[in-house]
Amino acid sequence: MVEKESNASRIFNVVNYILLALIGIICLYPFLYVVLASFSNPNQFIKHDFTVLWKPAGFSLEAYKHVFTGELGTGYLNTMIYVIAGTAISMFLTFLGAYVLSRKGYLFKKPLTFLIMFTMYFNGGLIPFYLWINQLNMIDTRWAILIPMALSTYNMIVMRTAFASVPESLIEAAKLDGANDFTCLFRIIIPLSKATVAVVLLFYAVSRWNEWLPASMFLRSREMYPLQLFLREILLTSSADAIVNTGGEATNVTALAEIIKYATIVVSTLPILIIYPFVQKYFVSGVMIGGVKE
Amino acid sequence: MNKPSLTLRTIKKDIQKNKWIYLMAIPVLAFYICFSYIPMAGIQIAFKDFNFGAGIWGSPWVGLKHFISFFKGPYAWRIIRNTLLLSFYTIVVCFPAPILFALLLNEAKNKLFKRTIQTVSYLPHFISLVVICGLIKEFTQSTGLVSTLLSLFGVTQETMLLNPDRFRAVYIISDLWQTIGWNSIIYLAALSGVDPTLYDAAAVDGAGRFRRVLHVTLPCIMPTIIIMFILRIGQFMTVGYDKILLLYNSSIYETADVISTFVYRKGVVESNFSFSAAVGVFNSLVNFILVVIVNKISAKVSETSLW
Repeated sequence: MVEKESNASRIFNVVNYILLALIGIICLYPFLYVVLASFSNPNQFIKHDFTVLWKPAGFSLEAYKHVFTGELGTGYLNTMIYVIAGTAISMFLTFLGAYVLSRKGYLFKKPLTFLIMFTMYFNGGLIPFYLWINQLNMIDTRWAILIPMALSTYNMIVMRTAFASVPESLIEAAKLDGANDFTCLFRIIIPLSKATVAVVLLFYAVSRWNEWLPASMFLRSREMYPLQLFLREILLTSSADAIVNTGGEATNVTALAEIIKYATIVVSTLPILIIYPFVQKYFVSGVMIGGVKE
Repeated sequence: MNKPSLTLRTIKKDIQKNKWIYLMAIPVLAFYICFSYIPMAGIQIAFKDFNFGAGIWGSPWVGLKHFISFFKGPYAWRIIRNTLLLSFYTIVVCFPAPILFALLLNEAKNKLFKRTIQTVSYLPHFISLVVICGLIKEFTQSTGLVSTLLSLFGVTQETMLLNPDRFRAVYIISDLWQTIGWNSIIYLAALSGVDPTLYDAAAVDGAGRFRRVLHVTLPCIMPTIIIMFILRIGQFMTVGYDKILLLYNSSIYETADVISTFVYRKGVVESNFSFSAAVGVFNSLVNFILVVIVNKISAKVSETSLW
């Protein structure tokens, strides 16, 4: 239906576009600023005149040299282990759980479903969980990161929704040919639910990449720390001297420490930023599947 | 044929028939028992005096001792007040914002523009919390980006995270920035499901653009808004405590320390396990009651509810 736009409507359009653009800029700009600051010359940056708002203040790669000599490499490696192994474990359990929940006609379906759903509304809380992990002797082992939080009920529900939409007749046919449920799941259902599998995989992988609290609770040895814990030290808890231990250089230590923080953010966030535009749409569809109740 | 009853024979038959399903359920069930239900049983530690030698199950019972010492202690009121206020302000500011954002996006007709803004606005959601908090801390330093920009408007430059009066504003505004885009997705999805003929009908009736939003769009997405609201209220007592843990310091506990950060500090850091578990139990209890109440009210008023 075509209608003539009134003046008020046209003014609203202009205001609306400006407002939305502003929101977009506010969401994006801080990251741009970080990049600009990370390439700045510390001595010029510390003056805090407004040039750094749109271009690096001077130019220096010194901060990046410090970033790559630190413990960040260990963190990267550990995080890779946690992301890959953790996601694999999570996916396997999620496949099994989602399949079991999506099947019909077995006797204990109802109590099983209830047992699983109930955990979404109620849990034991932080301290009992912590003490139990401690009693299992998992503290300060990689298992404490990989196992106790491997399953997300929410992700399992998302997956079950996809599995339930695979036509029953395909499974019946496969079973007549002698396939068991296990082969049905991996040969038929998973290949037919590729989109959702991708979504859930990304959900798990990104939350593994970003996670820091379990590691800070359960790990004591630095050689097992994931990237995020080293980041926390550099960005949030350390003093300037701890970051820069060069001593006796002309560069202002506080200034350099600040630039190193920005460079660290760039280095640690780059992988996410690079894949982000390509995977963003999967996340959005994941939210939509999860949003549809039952 | 007899009415099927739950005899051993029927169970045996069912297990034989579906043995693969049950086999596959075992690891999943084991996971939930081990990492959800046993910790749930571990709540008893709040009514005991935990010591490492005896463990969760063997420590001696002490009744409500820890609850009493919490409520008589100096921090109970402070952390309850901080939790309630922080949560309340966050809901007031951050709950309507994504709805408004989705409505505005819905009015923008240029597809490319719309998609670009959407993509950009989801970005803060993907950056790790540690990095986000690092950014917040840098920007709100006395010489940081935000402080510098605010000084143009006559605000005194100070390190905001050392001033208890500034903490709530820093927390809530950064939260708005982190969540406005991502939380709008669900509303955009609801908006795309609104039947376009409804708009045409309203236009025929002479409704202007604003009135159409008010009388057509909003009622159509109301069920989504209500469900999201119930879910949000259900988390009323769980403010984003990992974010506070990263941001706060002892000089701003007066406004920044909430129940869950207190539980973490007393328990995991200072090893007062039973005491902090008691505080945690109090927290989940209030939470649970809130969900039930809000759900009841919503079921009465609008016929939309969680269960």
